[in-house]
Amino acid sequence: MNKSELIEALAQEVNIPLREASPVTNTILETMINALAAGDSIEIRGFGSFVVKEYESYVGRNPKSGISIEVPPKRLPFFKVGKELKERVNDGA
Amino acid sequence: MTLTKANLIQTVYQNHNLTKAQAAEAVEAFLSIAKNCLIDGDDLLISGFGKFNVKKKKARRGRNPKTGNELILDARQVVTFKPSGLLREKINQGK
Repeated sequence: MNKSELIEALAQEVNIPLREASPVTNTILETMINALAAGDSIEIRGFGSFVVKEYESYVGRNPKSGISIEVPPKRLPFFKVGKELKERVNDGA
Repeated sequence: MTLTKANLIQTVYQNHNLTKAQAAEAVEAFLSIAKNCLIDGDDLLISGFGKFNVKKKKARRGRNPKTGNELILDARQVVTFKPSGLLREKINQGK
């Protein structure tokens, strides 16, 4: 499923036109993105949680050329699937 | 700070012409559609955010780290998340 299919499903589910479902979807996603950009975590019961991990700068190596380079500090988001979703995804196995 | 479902409902309520109940319904529906997609074993691709993949793991031999006993870990399905380039960029802005 992609974003536009998700918007269509949302419009049907709550019985609102696409032109409303689309901005509502964007608000939800933007709110989540802004939280992560601020370094905050997200916790949604039954779905999962997102945390941002901070990495210090380190000296890495280009595996092809062997040249050492300084990898700048970075932040990366991680998702941990919630208990309910984890179990239900696995039940379909 | 941690963002929760209540925060999402509040933001939807503040930014759209919906009642509080409708905003709550929309957020709940959004989450249940996303969940059901993954429960059906279908990948969820959200451009600008990231993708959630359902991966099938094969059964494998494992070991109880405490007792050292060998055991078979059953085949299972797990959800993985890969952030989009755009999300990674936004998270690293101002760093």
